[in-house]
Amino acid sequence: MAQHTERPRPAQDTPLLSVENLSISFAHPGGETAITRDVSFTVAAGERLGVVGESGCGKSVTGLALLGLLPATARVRGAIHFQGEDLSRLPASRLRRLRGSEISMIFQEPMSALDPVFTIGEQLTETLRSHRKVSRKEARERAIEALAEVGIPSPAQRLNDYPYQFSGGMRQRVMIAMALICRPKLVIADEPTTALDVTVQAQIIDLLREISDSTGTALLFITHDLGVVAETCSRLLTMYAGEVVESAPVDSVLYRPRHPYSSGLLCSLPGLSERGQRLPSIAGRVPAPDRMPRGCRFQARCPHATEGCEQPQPLQPLTDHRLARCWRSAELTLPGAVTP
Amino acid sequence: MTTAVKANRVKQRMVVSRLLQALPILVLATFIVFSLMQLIPGDVAVTLAGENASAERIAQIREAYGLNQPFLAQYGDWLWRAAQGDLGASLLSGEPVAQTIARTFPNTLLIAFYAVLLSVLVGVPLGILAATRAGSPLDSGIMGAASLGVAVPNFWFGMILVLYLALTFKWFPATGFVSPREDFSAALWYATLPALALCTNGVAEIARQLRSSLVEIQSSQHVRTLHAKGLSPARILWKHGLKNVSVNLLTVVGLLFNKILAATVVVEAVFAIPGVGSSIVNAVLQGDFPVVQGAVLAMVVTVILVNLFTDLACTVLDPRISEA
Repeated sequence: MAQHTERPRPAQDTPLLSVENLSISFAHPGGETAITRDVSFTVAAGERLGVVGESGCGKSVTGLALLGLLPATARVRGAIHFQGEDLSRLPASRLRRLRGSEISMIFQEPMSALDPVFTIGEQLTETLRSHRKVSRKEARERAIEALAEVGIPSPAQRLNDYPYQFSGGMRQRVMIAMALICRPKLVIADEPTTALDVTVQAQIIDLLREISDSTGTALLFITHDLGVVAETCSRLLTMYAGEVVESAPVDSVLYRPRHPYSSGLLCSLPGLSERGQRLPSIAGRVPAPDRMPRGCRFQARCPHATEGCEQPQPLQPLTDHRLARCWRSAELTLPGAVTP
Repeated sequence: MTTAVKANRVKQRMVVSRLLQALPILVLATFIVFSLMQLIPGDVAVTLAGENASAERIAQIREAYGLNQPFLAQYGDWLWRAAQGDLGASLLSGEPVAQTIARTFPNTLLIAFYAVLLSVLVGVPLGILAATRAGSPLDSGIMGAASLGVAVPNFWFGMILVLYLALTFKWFPATGFVSPREDFSAALWYATLPALALCTNGVAEIARQLRSSLVEIQSSQHVRTLHAKGLSPARILWKHGLKNVSVNLLTVVGLLFNKILAATVVVEAVFAIPGVGSSIVNAVLQGDFPVVQGAVLAMVVTVILVNLFTDLACTVLDPRISEA
């Protein structure tokens, strides 16, 4: 496959990553608990896709499943096509060669995601040298470049420092440098800014966007922060209770969501509602995994629920490359975050 | 590198402060032992005077050895001489205590280090094996045996070893000892059974601790990052896993050495080894306090040095420690 070095355009034919009907459950002595059901989405080369949803909706688990990083008790069904290979069926050794090299991951907790007893130089060069044939000296130079690229001052000296000598934001920069050192085609960022200060959050988001722009790396941005997605991504995937409920270009979903849950999330963004008013919130809670309704999983909390919502809801194609899992999406006019 | 210089300075300061802290410990330990000696029945002056000695003769001997002095004066006298490097001589044989220690301590150190080495050589692979197969029957088997190993008393296991390996199969000598300074390989040969008897608790302790810390590390977030980086499970275990648990392991080994050194007192008696432990036992029974004091001093100094070395090694293995 000839990958061009210039800025990749969103491919029309085969996407870089194509996830089909991914259902994940965890086995336990009493049986199995389903976490996600029939999650499908695609990421084109160089594209930035945001995945949002509240805690426990299955977005992180989906990210981990792409790299085969779930614990042994997880059962993964469905297909994960990446550059023509089904990752869910690859032998462990082949998958390992893709991890960190073609697809890499940035985690939520930069404080605990780096090995505390090795220098960051060792951790960076180790990643590079386990995937590429480079000399020690060359790997060191590449590591210095990688640190400089993510904006770490005096990178050559800092290479010999241990993770505890870095602040949280700097550690996350190191994580990003490590994720990018082999120039992967896809980076999965799982809540990369949640554990950071607000000012640092903005810096890290800008950095991720710039690097994705300059290197053409596609980004799967898993977050619960719609504001981050609005700034960073071109497309948004909304997940609720283990299902994808809406998939749409960011611009149009901000203006006009087509699923009541997306609309609820957008309306509860702070700063976009009227000053002095209580922030709107979505009443109720997510149903427990063992008592999911047969029909729409959001119906108990949905202000627009009527008779018919108890029927199973397929993800319906709408106009403008959009999908929504709501049979009423055509008739409802849901408020978004941006008023025209 | 400035951080390296800083770390070195921290280490130097640690060594000096540790050695200074050791002095009161030495005084306290010898004082406690000296006090306990007073409680033991029997009078060394009577022993020295021989059979049928007159009361005047015994009083003379008390006078000559300073045994009629008050307890604190006796201790103070011993401490003052010891501080000047004079540990005195045995009241019974007249052998200088320093010489007694030089003669017996290498034997004790040999079996203690041998036992620690065996504990590590057997315990570490067992711990790794159990951790990599956590939850399997093999893991349960190893951990079950380890629980047993912690519970079994050294001297009892020593006697079982003598019974089977020495008397029944005749693989090893039952008792006796060769000084490592005369013939090292023969010394090792004679030290094997005592070391085996001493290492059971150590093997068990190391295997258990290593397994639990490895299992914990394997499920940590930074190990998940290593998997996400595409490293092989073997590399993650041998390079990252072991270095992460090494501080833990080293601490266990350091404590184990202290325990084993104390246990040599009993095991030397079982195997009739002329070590510090058996000289302490004999000297205590005979009220020969200079020997007891000197031997205890040697043991305490060894324990302090081993602890210091362990702590220094930990700062090398985990850079975060020297920062604290």
